[in-house]
Amino acid sequence: MKLIAAMSGGVDSAVAAARAHESGHEVIGVHLALSSNPQKYRSGARGCCTIEDSHDARRAADVIGIPFYIWDMAEEFHEGVVENFIAEYAAGRTPNPCLRCNEKIKFAAVLDRARAMGFDGVVTGHYAITREGPAGKTLHRAVDESKDQSYVLSVLTIEQIAGAIFPLGDTTKVDVRKEAKARGLYVANKPDSHDICFVPSGDNAGWLHQRLGSKVGPIVDQDGAQIGEHNGAYTYTIGQRKGLGLSVPTIDGSPRFVLKVEPLTNTVVVGPREDLAVTRMIGEKTVWCGPAIGPEKNRGFVQIRAHGRPLACTYYFDNDVLIAELDEPLFGLATGQQMAIYDDDRVVGSATIWQTQQ
Amino acid sequence: MPVYLDHAATTPMADVAVAVMTQHLTKVGNPSSLHSYGRDVRKDLEGAREEIATALDCHSSEIIFTASGTEANNTAIKGLFWKGQAVGRNVVVISSIEHHAVLDPAHWLALHEGAEVIEIGVDSNGIIDLAEIEDLISRRGDEIAVISIMSSNNETGVVQPIGKVTELAGTIPVHSDAVQSFGKIPLSFKQLGLTAMSVSAHKLGGPIGVGALVLRKGFDIPALLHGGGQERDIRSGTFNTPSILAFAAAVKESVQTFSERNERVAGLRNQLVQGLLAKVPGAYINGETAERVPGIINATFPGTESDTLMLLLDGEGIACSTGSACSAGVQRPSHVLLAMGHTDITARSSIRFSLGATSTSLDVEQVLRALPSVIERARMANLR
Repeated sequence: MKLIAAMSGGVDSAVAAARAHESGHEVIGVHLALSSNPQKYRSGARGCCTIEDSHDARRAADVIGIPFYIWDMAEEFHEGVVENFIAEYAAGRTPNPCLRCNEKIKFAAVLDRARAMGFDGVVTGHYAITREGPAGKTLHRAVDESKDQSYVLSVLTIEQIAGAIFPLGDTTKVDVRKEAKARGLYVANKPDSHDICFVPSGDNAGWLHQRLGSKVGPIVDQDGAQIGEHNGAYTYTIGQRKGLGLSVPTIDGSPRFVLKVEPLTNTVVVGPREDLAVTRMIGEKTVWCGPAIGPEKNRGFVQIRAHGRPLACTYYFDNDVLIAELDEPLFGLATGQQMAIYDDDRVVGSATIWQTQQ
Repeated sequence: MPVYLDHAATTPMADVAVAVMTQHLTKVGNPSSLHSYGRDVRKDLEGAREEIATALDCHSSEIIFTASGTEANNTAIKGLFWKGQAVGRNVVVISSIEHHAVLDPAHWLALHEGAEVIEIGVDSNGIIDLAEIEDLISRRGDEIAVISIMSSNNETGVVQPIGKVTELAGTIPVHSDAVQSFGKIPLSFKQLGLTAMSVSAHKLGGPIGVGALVLRKGFDIPALLHGGGQERDIRSGTFNTPSILAFAAAVKESVQTFSERNERVAGLRNQLVQGLLAKVPGAYINGETAERVPGIINATFPGTESDTLMLLLDGEGIACSTGSACSAGVQRPSHVLLAMGHTDITARSSIRFSLGATSTSLDVEQVLRALPSVIERARMANLR
């Protein structure tokens, strides 16, 4: 096959590209420039699109022996990921930008462009597995549970999964690093990237403040009594306990948590942990990674964070929404998070949470 | 072997240059030493200087060897500015289509040394606006420290009227970046009336890592590199003798083959241009009706993006370039094409094919065979 290997400059995508090349595919390495004004060097483990990263990607491509190009996706990234991230927070929700990047950039803009140019698919260093089955290619969890990235890929459609190649799904991270070293790739020991690449400081709240401005509002308890003040409701996440700066303690000294973020009134509602309990979540904008399901109830798992644990649930799709009913209550679930449904290790599909119920 | 159509970036070394260089790599002796070893290499070195001086129609003492064309440009622009600044001249005049090796030192002077940089515009063919220069000189001539206009443009190949610039400038020092012209169009330092001129070896069959600044006799400028004072105290550093000798060998051959080679390259260029225009509807050549160096073609393919084109051409075994990339490797719209009136979009739809001494008719045919499908796929990829 003719493949585009998306190379971030990290160890995973380098080994993925090397494996694809070695297995006889015609591979071209592409580094996505996602910032129109990239920093020169990585600072710590954050950021994934500095000039240093593009040099690392190029060096890896040269060592592997494949052509290498840089694609400027800064505009698409800004529109599809960064603006969405800001808008979601402004609306009181908690988005996951890595997931949007996979949905709108890596397996949309890049895959579309690759296909138009005559390529068959896109190779990435994601830890996930695809399997050919009677219903086409399906998406599954990686062998390395601690690195499994099927959650951030749960936004891919069947069409997109058909064009996705994940050579690392059967390998542990430890072994990928060993393989990189054996292949003479000098990124073998490069630290993993964490957090959000376009917030290099790691200070999400500060970054959002710069873009959304500060707007003082009340922090209230469930009865509506004001017990504190904040600089912008959008920097709070449901379930958050730290950094509330409340002046009025609870009678029994028990901690308070963010229960609700109300963007219209710029209000943050706090209360006891038990009020965070959620047993039912409802998601919109459902994406199917395999055959679609209907209103009949299924047993499986739902995952709501990239490295969260799978939660046993009953799930079904009814009236255009995806519903998961949890066996055990969950504490601290924010709207805007993605709910990914699993049938054992297979990703059924996912939806964006717009409502939770106790 | 892939077809190499990026001779303007660097062109293969001439066999004679390789022979001279390898032969001298084993020879010991610093040309600045007074003993017999030193004298031996000094003799060769000065012979090389004379060879190059003859080709450029200047005095051999006017040649200052540097490590690159970039260094020659930096030395000239900064040195001429500082010389002028000492007598109250603060303005640096360049064109809007200069290579970064001129643009960047000029703007560095603005940022760090208080210079005022004025950029002269170009017409849609990429030729500098002489009326603008004339007007500027008539109003502010006594403020200008240096005028630097390239001899021919690296992206489009368009030749600039340097003789007319020096005529207008009178006693104002004029520098010209002639890196893309040397070996391709006649260059007479004397007749052009220049104060300074930059050339580079690897654009005409010499090795990478050696160039020269031609600086008028008696017209000394402050140095960038201080040290042993080897080159008129304007450029210090031990002479890179093997490279300088190979440079001279390449120049000698370039002079000997000048007419035959340039006619042949121009013929190939015309073959490529005609084929390209016939096979790709909507395509056009930038600077087409202007006088150009023989080997450079800058073509716009509407509806495509240059980075896609290069990837696809690479896949077809064709090496070409855009002539402009930022340090991150992201294609930016060319400042040269923007200055010629392109929009961001059409500037990003343009690539450069550059031919040289080793180019053949088969190279051109391969490009013309690959082009229609490449353009079609690039246009599809652009419909996002």
